[in-house]
Amino acid sequence: MASGNEIDPMHQFEINKIVDLHFLGHDISFTNSSLWMVIVVAVVSLITLVGTSSRSIVPGRLQTLAEMAYEFVANLLTGVTGKEGMRFFPLVFSLFMFVLTANFLGLIPGAFTVTSHIIITACFALLVIGTVIVAGVANHGSHFLHLFVPSGLPGWLLPFIVLIEIISFLSRPISLALRLFGNMLAGHVALKLFGAFTVGLLGAGAASVLAPLPLITAVALTALEFLVAFLQAYVFTILTCVYLNDALHPGH
Amino acid sequence: MRLIATPFIVATTATSAFAAEGGFPPFDSHTFAGQIFWLVITFGLLYVLMSKVALPRIGSILEERQGTIDTALAAASKAQTAAEAEAAALEQALVKAKTNAQAIASEASAKSAKEIDAKRHAVESDLSAKMVAAEASITATKAKAMANVTDIAKEAASAMIERLTGKAPTAAAVGKAFSAASGE
Repeated sequence: MASGNEIDPMHQFEINKIVDLHFLGHDISFTNSSLWMVIVVAVVSLITLVGTSSRSIVPGRLQTLAEMAYEFVANLLTGVTGKEGMRFFPLVFSLFMFVLTANFLGLIPGAFTVTSHIIITACFALLVIGTVIVAGVANHGSHFLHLFVPSGLPGWLLPFIVLIEIISFLSRPISLALRLFGNMLAGHVALKLFGAFTVGLLGAGAASVLAPLPLITAVALTALEFLVAFLQAYVFTILTCVYLNDALHPGH
Repeated sequence: MRLIATPFIVATTATSAFAAEGGFPPFDSHTFAGQIFWLVITFGLLYVLMSKVALPRIGSILEERQGTIDTALAAASKAQTAAEAEAAALEQALVKAKTNAQAIASEASAKSAKEIDAKRHAVESDLSAKMVAAEASITATKAKAMANVTDIAKEAASAMIERLTGKAPTAAAVGKAFSAASGE
Protein backbone atom coordinates (compact mmCIF):
# COMPACT_ATOMS: atom_id res chain seq x y z
CA MET A 1 0.00 0.00 0.00
CA ALA A 2 1.08 3.56 -0.49
CA SER A 3 2.71 5.10 2.52
CA GLY A 4 3.69 8.47 3.91
CA ASN A 5 2.36 11.61 2.26
CA GLU A 6 0.96 9.89 -0.76
CA ILE A 7 -2.76 9.81 -1.36
CA ASP A 8 -4.29 6.61 -0.08
CA PRO A 9 -7.99 6.59 -0.97
CA MET A 10 -8.37 3.05 0.41
CA HIS A 11 -7.37 4.02 3.93
CA GLN A 12 -10.92 5.05 4.79
CA PHE A 13 -12.18 1.52 4.11
CA GLU A 14 -9.73 -0.17 6.45
CA ILE A 15 -11.21 -2.13 9.29
CA ASN A 16 -9.51 -1.62 12.64
CA LYS A 17 -10.08 -3.69 15.72
CA ILE A 18 -11.32 -1.93 18.80
CA VAL A 19 -11.94 -5.00 20.97
CA ASP A 20 -10.31 -8.27 19.98
CA LEU A 21 -12.84 -11.09 20.06
CA HIS A 22 -12.57 -14.70 18.93
CA PHE A 23 -15.29 -17.32 18.78
CA LEU A 24 -14.63 -20.92 17.75
CA GLY A 25 -11.62 -19.91 15.76
CA HIS A 26 -13.38 -17.03 14.00
CA ASP A 27 -12.19 -13.49 14.40
CA ILE A 28 -15.29 -11.59 15.46
CA SER A 29 -13.52 -8.57 16.89
CA PHE A 30 -15.49 -5.44 17.60
CA THR A 31 -14.14 -3.11 14.92
CA ASN A 32 -14.76 0.39 13.63
CA SER A 33 -17.22 -1.25 11.22
CA SER A 34 -19.09 -2.85 14.13
CA LEU A 35 -19.04 0.46 15.97
CA TRP A 36 -20.71 2.23 13.06
CA MET A 37 -23.29 -0.53 12.74
CA VAL A 38 -24.15 0.06 16.38
CA ILE A 39 -24.31 3.81 15.73
CA VAL A 40 -26.61 3.19 12.75
CA VAL A 41 -28.98 1.14 14.91
CA ALA A 42 -28.76 3.79 17.63
CA VAL A 43 -29.64 6.59 15.20
CA VAL A 44 -32.53 4.68 13.63
CA SER A 45 -33.79 3.79 17.10
CA LEU A 46 -33.52 7.40 18.19
CA ILE A 47 -35.70 8.50 15.31
CA THR A 48 -38.25 5.70 15.36
CA LEU A 49 -38.40 4.90 19.07
CA VAL A 50 -37.44 7.99 21.04
CA GLY A 51 -39.01 10.27 18.44
CA THR A 52 -42.37 8.51 18.67
CA SER A 53 -42.41 7.92 22.42
CA SER A 54 -44.83 10.78 23.05
CA ARG A 55 -47.28 9.40 20.43
CA SER A 56 -48.50 12.92 19.79
CA ILE A 57 -51.28 13.62 17.33
CA VAL A 58 -49.38 16.71 16.19
CA PRO A 59 -45.87 15.31 15.72
CA GLY A 60 -42.55 16.87 16.67
CA ARG A 61 -39.49 16.84 14.46
CA LEU A 62 -38.23 13.33 15.11
CA GLN A 63 -41.72 11.88 15.02
CA THR A 64 -42.35 13.62 11.70
CA LEU A 65 -39.16 12.07 10.39
CA ALA A 66 -40.19 8.62 11.63
CA GLU A 67 -43.67 8.99 10.13
CA MET A 68 -42.26 10.18 6.82
CA ALA A 69 -39.94 7.18 6.66
CA TYR A 70 -42.80 4.86 7.61
CA GLU A 71 -45.16 6.21 4.98
CA PHE A 72 -42.44 6.43 2.36
CA VAL A 73 -41.49 2.75 2.71
CA ALA A 74 -45.09 1.66 3.17
CA ASN A 75 -46.16 3.44 -0.02
CA LEU A 76 -43.19 2.01 -1.86
CA LEU A 77 -43.97 -1.52 -0.74
CA THR A 78 -47.73 -1.43 -1.31
CA GLY A 79 -47.19 0.37 -4.61
CA VAL A 80 -45.11 -2.52 -5.93
CA THR A 81 -46.54 -5.58 -4.20
CA GLY A 82 -50.03 -4.51 -3.17
CA LYS A 83 -51.56 -4.77 0.29
CA GLU A 84 -50.35 -8.33 0.96
CA GLY A 85 -46.74 -7.13 0.72
CA MET A 86 -47.15 -5.40 4.10
CA ARG A 87 -46.19 -8.75 5.63
CA PHE A 88 -42.62 -7.89 4.68
CA PHE A 89 -42.87 -4.31 5.87
CA PRO A 90 -40.65 -4.69 8.98
CA LEU A 91 -37.91 -6.29 6.88
CA VAL A 92 -38.10 -3.73 4.08
CA PHE A 93 -38.31 -0.85 6.52
CA SER A 94 -35.33 -2.11 8.55
CA LEU A 95 -33.33 -2.61 5.36
CA PHE A 96 -34.13 0.84 4.05
CA MET A 97 -33.40 2.59 7.32
CA PHE A 98 -30.18 0.67 7.93
CA VAL A 99 -28.81 1.24 4.43
CA LEU A 100 -29.94 4.87 4.28
CA THR A 101 -28.55 5.72 7.70
CA ALA A 102 -25.27 3.88 7.03
CA ASN A 103 -24.90 5.73 3.71
CA PHE A 104 -25.59 9.12 5.27
CA LEU A 105 -23.43 8.58 8.35
CA GLY A 106 -20.60 7.52 6.05
CA LEU A 107 -20.59 11.05 4.65
CA ILE A 108 -19.46 12.47 7.99
CA PRO A 109 -15.75 13.18 7.60
CA GLY A 110 -13.76 10.50 9.39
CA ALA A 111 -16.73 8.16 9.65
CA PHE A 112 -16.67 4.58 8.44
CA THR A 113 -19.16 3.62 5.75
CA VAL A 114 -20.63 0.24 6.68
CA THR A 115 -22.20 -0.20 3.25
CA SER A 116 -18.90 0.32 1.43
CA HIS A 117 -17.93 -3.27 2.20
CA ILE A 118 -19.13 -5.92 -0.21
CA ILE A 119 -19.65 -8.53 2.48
CA ILE A 120 -22.29 -6.30 4.10
CA THR A 121 -24.16 -5.56 0.87
CA ALA A 122 -23.86 -9.25 -0.09
CA CYS A 123 -25.42 -10.26 3.23
CA PHE A 124 -28.33 -7.88 2.60
CA ALA A 125 -28.76 -9.17 -0.95
CA LEU A 126 -28.74 -12.78 0.26
CA LEU A 127 -31.22 -11.87 2.98
CA VAL A 128 -33.55 -10.39 0.36
CA ILE A 129 -33.24 -13.23 -2.13
CA GLY A 130 -33.44 -15.80 0.70
CA THR A 131 -36.65 -14.17 1.90
CA VAL A 132 -38.01 -14.21 -1.66
CA ILE A 133 -37.27 -17.94 -2.07
CA VAL A 134 -38.56 -18.95 1.37
CA ALA A 135 -41.69 -16.82 1.12
CA GLY A 136 -42.27 -17.88 -2.49
CA VAL A 137 -42.04 -21.60 -1.71
CA ALA A 138 -44.06 -21.19 1.49
CA ASN A 139 -46.81 -19.33 -0.35
CA HIS A 140 -46.96 -21.18 -3.62
CA GLY A 141 -45.00 -24.42 -3.16
CA SER A 142 -43.80 -25.80 -6.46
CA HIS A 143 -45.94 -23.22 -8.22
CA PHE A 144 -43.22 -20.73 -7.28
CA LEU A 145 -41.08 -22.36 -10.01
CA HIS A 146 -43.47 -20.86 -12.55
CA LEU A 147 -41.38 -17.75 -12.01
CA PHE A 148 -38.87 -19.39 -14.33
CA VAL A 149 -41.41 -20.71 -16.81
CA PRO A 150 -43.35 -17.99 -18.58
CA SER A 151 -46.68 -19.27 -19.87
CA GLY A 152 -47.61 -19.44 -23.55
CA LEU A 153 -44.20 -20.29 -24.96
CA PRO A 154 -43.50 -22.75 -27.76
CA GLY A 155 -41.91 -25.93 -26.37
CA TRP A 156 -38.58 -25.66 -28.21
CA LEU A 157 -37.99 -22.18 -26.81
CA LEU A 158 -38.67 -23.25 -23.23
CA PRO A 159 -35.19 -24.51 -22.27
CA PHE A 160 -33.55 -21.28 -23.39
CA ILE A 161 -36.06 -19.07 -21.65
CA VAL A 162 -35.89 -21.09 -18.45
CA LEU A 163 -32.10 -20.86 -18.55
CA ILE A 164 -32.27 -17.10 -19.07
CA GLU A 165 -34.83 -16.72 -16.28
CA ILE A 166 -32.63 -18.70 -13.90
CA ILE A 167 -29.57 -16.63 -14.77
CA SER A 168 -31.60 -13.46 -14.36
CA PHE A 169 -32.84 -14.64 -10.98
CA LEU A 170 -29.34 -15.56 -9.80
CA SER A 171 -27.87 -12.29 -10.98
CA ARG A 172 -30.34 -10.34 -8.86
CA PRO A 173 -28.51 -10.69 -5.54
CA ILE A 174 -25.19 -10.08 -7.29
CA SER A 175 -26.36 -6.85 -8.89
CA LEU A 176 -28.12 -5.84 -5.69
CA ALA A 177 -24.91 -6.28 -3.68
CA LEU A 178 -22.51 -4.83 -6.23
CA ARG A 179 -24.60 -1.75 -7.00
CA LEU A 180 -24.72 -0.51 -3.43
CA PHE A 181 -21.13 -1.49 -2.68
CA GLY A 182 -19.78 0.05 -5.90
CA ASN A 183 -21.64 3.31 -5.51
CA MET A 184 -20.57 3.82 -1.92
CA LEU A 185 -16.97 2.83 -2.62
CA ALA A 186 -16.57 4.93 -5.77
CA GLY A 187 -18.16 8.00 -4.25
CA HIS A 188 -15.93 7.94 -1.21
CA VAL A 189 -12.82 7.28 -3.29
CA ALA A 190 -13.64 10.23 -5.55
CA LEU A 191 -14.27 12.51 -2.56
CA LYS A 192 -11.00 11.47 -0.97
CA LEU A 193 -9.06 11.96 -4.21
CA PHE A 194 -10.36 15.47 -4.85
CA GLY A 195 -9.85 16.40 -1.20
CA ALA A 196 -6.28 15.13 -1.24
CA PHE A 197 -5.69 16.82 -4.59
CA THR A 198 -6.74 20.16 -3.09
CA VAL A 199 -4.37 19.73 -0.16
CA GLY A 200 -1.59 18.63 -2.52
CA LEU A 201 -2.03 21.66 -4.76
CA LEU A 202 -1.99 24.04 -1.78
CA GLY A 203 1.48 22.81 -0.90
CA ALA A 204 2.75 23.03 -4.47
CA GLY A 205 3.94 26.64 -4.61
CA ALA A 206 2.65 28.61 -7.60
CA ALA A 207 0.25 25.82 -8.55
CA SER A 208 -1.65 26.48 -5.33
CA VAL A 209 -3.79 29.08 -7.16
CA LEU A 210 -5.45 26.10 -8.84
CA ALA A 211 -6.38 24.56 -5.50
CA PRO A 212 -9.95 25.94 -5.49
CA LEU A 213 -10.80 23.91 -8.60
CA PRO A 214 -10.63 20.45 -6.99
CA LEU A 215 -12.14 21.98 -3.85
CA ILE A 216 -15.20 23.13 -5.78
CA THR A 217 -15.39 19.70 -7.37
CA ALA A 218 -15.18 18.09 -3.95
CA VAL A 219 -18.01 20.29 -2.65
CA ALA A 220 -20.15 19.47 -5.66
CA LEU A 221 -19.31 15.79 -5.27
CA THR A 222 -20.35 15.92 -1.63
CA ALA A 223 -23.77 17.19 -2.67
CA LEU A 224 -23.92 14.46 -5.29
CA GLU A 225 -22.94 11.87 -2.70
CA PHE A 226 -25.83 12.90 -0.49
CA LEU A 227 -28.12 12.27 -3.45
CA VAL A 228 -26.41 8.96 -4.18
CA ALA A 229 -26.64 7.95 -0.52
CA PHE A 230 -30.42 8.36 -0.62
CA LEU A 231 -30.81 7.06 -4.15
CA GLN A 232 -28.93 3.83 -3.49
CA ALA A 233 -30.94 3.13 -0.37
CA TYR A 234 -34.08 3.84 -2.41
CA VAL A 235 -32.97 1.64 -5.31
CA PHE A 236 -32.03 -1.18 -2.95
CA THR A 237 -35.42 -0.93 -1.28
CA ILE A 238 -37.51 -0.73 -4.44
CA LEU A 239 -35.67 -3.67 -5.99
CA THR A 240 -36.28 -5.59 -2.78
CA CYS A 241 -39.98 -4.78 -3.20
CA VAL A 242 -39.92 -5.90 -6.84
CA TYR A 243 -38.27 -9.21 -5.93
CA LEU A 244 -40.66 -9.75 -3.03
CA ASN A 245 -43.49 -9.18 -5.48
CA ASP A 246 -42.23 -12.27 -7.35
CA ALA A 247 -42.52 -14.26 -4.15
CA LEU A 248 -46.11 -13.08 -3.75
CA HIS A 249 -47.18 -13.28 -7.37
CA PRO A 250 -44.97 -15.72 -9.29
CA GLY A 251 -45.58 -16.17 -12.99
CA HIS A 252 -45.46 -13.33 -15.45
CA MET B 1 -6.41 -19.42 12.61
CA ARG B 2 -5.15 -20.85 15.81
CA LEU B 3 -6.95 -23.51 17.73
CA ILE B 4 -8.19 -22.38 21.07
CA ALA B 5 -9.29 -24.46 24.01
CA THR B 6 -11.91 -22.07 25.26
CA PRO B 7 -14.58 -21.29 22.69
CA PHE B 8 -14.62 -17.63 23.51
CA ILE B 9 -11.62 -15.41 24.05
CA VAL B 10 -11.62 -11.71 24.68
CA ALA B 11 -8.42 -9.77 24.38
CA THR B 12 -8.25 -6.02 24.28
CA THR B 13 -5.37 -5.03 22.13
CA ALA B 14 -4.55 -1.59 20.97
CA THR B 15 -6.13 -1.07 17.55
CA SER B 16 -4.54 -3.82 15.59
CA ALA B 17 -5.54 -3.42 12.00
CA PHE B 18 -6.41 -6.06 9.47
CA ALA B 19 -5.10 -3.61 6.96
CA ALA B 20 -1.57 -4.34 7.95
CA GLU B 21 -2.00 -7.49 5.91
CA GLY B 22 -2.33 -5.23 2.87
CA GLY B 23 -4.64 -5.37 -0.12
CA PHE B 24 -7.99 -3.88 -0.93
CA PRO B 25 -9.87 -3.63 2.40
CA PRO B 26 -13.36 -4.56 1.14
CA PHE B 27 -11.97 -7.78 -0.34
CA ASP B 28 -9.99 -8.76 2.76
CA SER B 29 -11.71 -12.02 3.70
CA HIS B 30 -10.25 -11.96 7.22
CA THR B 31 -12.74 -9.28 8.14
CA PHE B 32 -15.77 -11.10 6.70
CA ALA B 33 -16.63 -13.27 9.69
CA GLY B 34 -16.50 -10.35 12.08
CA GLN B 35 -18.55 -8.09 9.80
CA ILE B 36 -21.18 -10.78 9.26
CA PHE B 37 -21.30 -11.49 12.99
CA TRP B 38 -21.84 -7.86 13.94
CA LEU B 39 -24.21 -7.24 11.07
CA VAL B 40 -26.38 -10.16 12.18
CA ILE B 41 -26.41 -8.81 15.74
CA THR B 42 -27.03 -5.15 14.90
CA PHE B 43 -29.45 -5.74 12.02
CA GLY B 44 -31.20 -8.43 14.01
CA LEU B 45 -31.61 -6.02 16.89
CA LEU B 46 -32.85 -3.31 14.53
CA TYR B 47 -35.33 -5.74 12.95
CA VAL B 48 -36.69 -6.77 16.34
CA LEU B 49 -36.94 -3.16 17.53
CA MET B 50 -38.67 -2.07 14.33
CA SER B 51 -41.08 -4.98 13.96
CA LYS B 52 -42.01 -5.29 17.66
CA VAL B 53 -41.96 -1.70 18.86
CA ALA B 54 -41.38 1.11 16.38
CA LEU B 55 -43.54 0.14 13.41
CA PRO B 56 -46.64 -0.90 15.39
CA ARG B 57 -46.31 2.32 17.36
CA ILE B 58 -45.95 4.56 14.29
CA GLY B 59 -48.75 2.64 12.61
CA SER B 60 -51.06 3.21 15.56
CA ILE B 61 -50.08 6.89 15.72
CA LEU B 62 -50.93 7.33 12.04
CA GLU B 63 -54.16 5.39 12.44
CA GLU B 64 -55.13 7.43 15.48
CA ARG B 65 -54.40 10.65 13.62
CA GLN B 66 -56.42 9.46 10.64
CA GLY B 67 -59.22 8.65 13.06
CA THR B 68 -59.01 12.09 14.63
CA ILE B 69 -58.98 13.76 11.24
CA ASP B 70 -61.90 11.65 10.02
CA THR B 71 -63.93 12.41 13.13
CA ALA B 72 -63.19 16.11 12.82
CA LEU B 73 -64.07 16.06 9.13
CA ALA B 74 -67.32 14.21 9.80
CA ALA B 75 -68.19 16.72 12.52
CA ALA B 76 -67.36 19.59 10.21
CA SER B 77 -69.47 18.23 7.36
CA LYS B 78 -72.33 17.60 9.79
CA ALA B 79 -72.07 21.18 11.04
CA GLN B 80 -72.02 22.38 7.47
CA THR B 81 -75.13 20.40 6.60
CA ALA B 82 -76.86 21.84 9.66
CA ALA B 83 -75.79 25.35 8.73
CA GLU B 84 -77.02 24.83 5.19
CA ALA B 85 -80.39 23.60 6.45
CA GLU B 86 -80.61 26.61 8.72
CA ALA B 87 -79.77 28.91 5.85
CA ALA B 88 -82.44 27.27 3.71
CA ALA B 89 -85.00 27.70 6.50
CA LEU B 90 -84.00 31.31 6.84
CA GLU B 91 -84.37 31.83 3.11
CA GLN B 92 -87.81 30.28 3.23
CA ALA B 93 -88.84 32.50 6.10
CA LEU B 94 -87.55 35.50 4.18
CA VAL B 95 -89.53 34.54 1.09
CA LYS B 96 -92.65 34.05 3.22
CA ALA B 97 -92.17 37.42 4.90
CA LYS B 98 -91.71 39.07 1.53
CA THR B 99 -94.91 37.51 0.18
CA ASN B 100 -96.73 38.61 3.32
CA ALA B 101 -95.43 42.11 2.98
CA GLN B 102 -96.46 42.22 -0.64
CA ALA B 103 -99.97 41.02 0.21
CA ILE B 104 -100.28 43.63 2.93
CA ALA B 105 -99.02 46.34 0.64
CA SER B 106 -101.38 45.45 -2.20
CA GLU B 107 -104.28 45.19 0.21
CA ALA B 108 -103.45 48.60 1.62
CA SER B 109 -103.17 50.15 -1.80
CA ALA B 110 -106.46 48.60 -2.88
CA LYS B 111 -108.12 49.92 0.23
CA SER B 112 -106.74 53.39 -0.21
CA ALA B 113 -107.74 53.40 -3.88
CA LYS B 114 -111.30 52.49 -2.87
CA GLU B 115 -111.35 55.23 -0.29
CA ILE B 116 -110.08 57.77 -2.75
CA ASP B 117 -112.66 56.61 -5.26
CA ALA B 118 -115.42 56.99 -2.76
CA LYS B 119 -114.26 60.43 -1.78
CA ARG B 120 -114.03 61.46 -5.38
CA HIS B 121 -117.56 60.17 -6.02
CA ALA B 122 -118.80 62.13 -3.05
CA VAL B 123 -117.09 65.28 -4.20
CA GLU B 124 -118.31 64.77 -7.76
CA SER B 125 -121.94 64.25 -6.72
CA ASP B 126 -121.64 67.25 -4.45
CA LEU B 127 -120.30 69.30 -7.29
CA SER B 128 -122.99 68.20 -9.70
CA ALA B 129 -125.64 68.98 -7.12
CA LYS B 130 -124.17 72.46 -6.73
CA MET B 131 -124.10 72.79 -10.50
CA VAL B 132 -127.77 71.88 -10.73
CA ALA B 133 -128.55 74.41 -8.02
CA ALA B 134 -126.52 77.05 -9.80
CA GLU B 135 -128.26 76.30 -13.09
CA ALA B 136 -131.63 76.60 -11.34
CA SER B 137 -130.61 79.91 -9.83
CA ILE B 138 -129.42 81.10 -13.25
CA THR B 139 -132.75 80.13 -14.79
CA ALA B 140 -134.64 81.90 -12.00
CA THR B 141 -132.52 85.01 -12.37
CA LYS B 142 -133.03 84.87 -16.11
CA ALA B 143 -136.82 84.65 -15.73
CA LYS B 144 -136.77 87.48 -13.25
CA ALA B 145 -134.64 89.49 -15.60
CA MET B 146 -137.04 88.76 -18.43
CA ALA B 147 -139.91 89.96 -16.26
CA ASN B 148 -138.01 93.11 -15.53
CA VAL B 149 -137.40 93.55 -19.25
CA THR B 150 -141.17 93.47 -19.83
CA ASP B 151 -141.70 96.11 -17.18
CA ILE B 152 -138.96 98.27 -18.69
CA ALA B 153 -140.41 97.87 -22.17
CA LYS B 154 -143.91 98.76 -20.85
CA GLU B 155 -142.52 101.84 -19.21
CA ALA B 156 -140.59 102.76 -22.33
CA ALA B 157 -143.64 102.17 -24.49
CA SER B 158 -145.88 104.27 -22.26
CA ALA B 159 -143.22 107.01 -22.23
CA MET B 160 -142.99 106.94 -26.02
CA ILE B 161 -146.79 107.06 -26.40
CA GLU B 162 -147.02 109.94 -23.95
CA ARG B 163 -144.49 111.83 -26.04
CA LEU B 164 -146.30 111.09 -29.24
CA THR B 165 -149.78 111.66 -28.05
CA GLY B 166 -149.21 113.91 -25.16
CA LYS B 167 -151.30 111.59 -23.06
CA ALA B 168 -150.06 108.63 -21.11
CA PRO B 169 -151.87 105.39 -21.81
CA THR B 170 -153.19 103.41 -18.92
CA ALA B 171 -151.17 100.56 -17.61
CA ALA B 172 -153.91 98.16 -18.53
CA ALA B 173 -153.91 99.28 -22.12
CA VAL B 174 -150.17 98.85 -22.36
CA GLY B 175 -150.36 95.46 -20.73
CA LYS B 176 -153.13 94.48 -23.14
CA ALA B 177 -151.10 95.60 -26.13
CA PHE B 178 -147.94 93.80 -24.87
CA SER B 179 -149.67 90.55 -24.25
CA ALA B 180 -151.32 90.86 -27.66
CA ALA B 181 -147.91 91.46 -29.24
CA SER B 182 -146.12 88.75 -27.36
CA GLY B 183 -148.97 86.30 -27.41
CA GLU B 184 -149.69 86.86 -31.24
